[in-house]
Amino acid sequence: MTRHVVAPVSEFPPGTRRCVVLEGRRIALFNVGGRYFGLLDRCPHQGGPLSEGVLTGLVEAGAPGDYSFSRPGEILRCPWHGWEFDLATGRSRFDPRRHRTRAFRVSAAPGEELRAETVPVRVEENYVVVET
Amino acid sequence: MTTEVLERPSGEAPAEAALRIADCDIHPSPKSLEREIYPFLEKRWQRHLERYGARPRQPFLNGPAYPKGQPDAARRDAYPPAGGRPGSDLAFMRAQHLDPNNVGFGVLNPLKSGQGLQNLDFADAYCRAINDWQIAFWTREEPRLKASIVIPYEDAAASVREIERCAGEEDYVQVFMLNRTAEPMGQRRYWPIYDAAAAAGLPLAVHAFGFGGAPITGGGWPSYYIEDMTGHAQSSQAVLTSLVFEGVFDRLPGLRLVLIESGFAWLPALCWRLDRVWMRMRDELHRCKRRPSEIVREQVFLTTQPMEEPGRPRQLVECIDWIGWDRLLFATDYPHWDFDQPDRVLPSWVDAEKRRAFFTDNALRVYGRQMP
Repeated sequence: MTRHVVAPVSEFPPGTRRCVVLEGRRIALFNVGGRYFGLLDRCPHQGGPLSEGVLTGLVEAGAPGDYSFSRPGEILRCPWHGWEFDLATGRSRFDPRRHRTRAFRVSAAPGEELRAETVPVRVEENYVVVET
Repeated sequence: MTTEVLERPSGEAPAEAALRIADCDIHPSPKSLEREIYPFLEKRWQRHLERYGARPRQPFLNGPAYPKGQPDAARRDAYPPAGGRPGSDLAFMRAQHLDPNNVGFGVLNPLKSGQGLQNLDFADAYCRAINDWQIAFWTREEPRLKASIVIPYEDAAASVREIERCAGEEDYVQVFMLNRTAEPMGQRRYWPIYDAAAAAGLPLAVHAFGFGGAPITGGGWPSYYIEDMTGHAQSSQAVLTSLVFEGVFDRLPGLRLVLIESGFAWLPALCWRLDRVWMRMRDELHRCKRRPSEIVREQVFLTTQPMEEPGRPRQLVECIDWIGWDRLLFATDYPHWDFDQPDRVLPSWVDAEKRRAFFTDNALRVYGRQMP
């Protein structure tokens, strides 16, 4: 596992997203209400850029007219054909076993802990870190 | 560590990049009616549009059905950074689509025009404006793009005038209709259009959607968008059946038909059915002299998008084997939401000769053009 520092926490506020290239792969990163998520920026269907998808919630219906909306902001719709993925796992909503994109662990870590990194970090700051 | 913050995908070269491809279904939009269309539309029709609007022959005031999760029926990433509707910014179309996908020949199919409007004089004026606009704002600026002659097809005489007006301009590569007309497309009220297209040496292109006033299914108005989406294939089958049995292809053996955006996997089964009924009952017909499958093999082409996607890709390839690799014209439908990405539509084991026919050569042959 490699840990990549991608941004100071202060520059990646809730409600924003960004796209980074790590080890040659484009990874879409999201900050949803202070929780970080990372997905390979490539839809398994036709390769659409997931980083440009719409963040929505989980809509479920037991019967016509009887629906619920939960987990706002944690379901990503591909900008091309609307395939939906769970941000936390990368699994598609419609066929979670067969159709998924890779999810990456993203978290915040104090600069103190990251001093071994080859990039300059300041000990008094916190940083967003992606594990690949 | 590499950290690169990107605002948009970098347009990395896809696997197909070695092959310059043809895209036979690209949808342009004007940035603004006032700035781009009005210069080609008489004052009185500008006033008409503002006062009375464009009223198509269909019950839904806001146009045909499309999924509202994809506004403007577009890819969510196709909004130009400088603003405006998807498909309205040539520079962004180049950067997002033509360059990274190596499109060397692209056919513009404007969907918003005078086609299907109830006011036939306005329909005629609006179609003419859209035709002039395609040349002035698109094909003159970008030699890879070619234009369609959109015609007010419910008025055959006006349509013929427009085909004749445009036919001398090299940038027009086809006569463009929508597949849901007021009456089945083989009926003779439309024949002057086909005669004019054949005389001009231009293929007749028939795109999904349209404003015939009739529901998309034989059983009435469906409940769900998804049924409209499925119905385009049935509409194109009705178009083809009508053109074959009304004798349009026998009357005009030089006419080439291109069916756009309604799938293709249905074609083998339809041909089997047409041949079978034709063999038994052709004495009912006056004008259809050739076996339907033979007509299709000689005069009919289909664009690929939206590709059928069977669970086993081999079945798709088998289906194309039945149809013939010389019949299909690759299309993306850019910038619409059900866009097909060229490097993902065929399994990797399909050989280079078939890929070249599918992605490039068939289109250049049908349209009689070279890569610019």
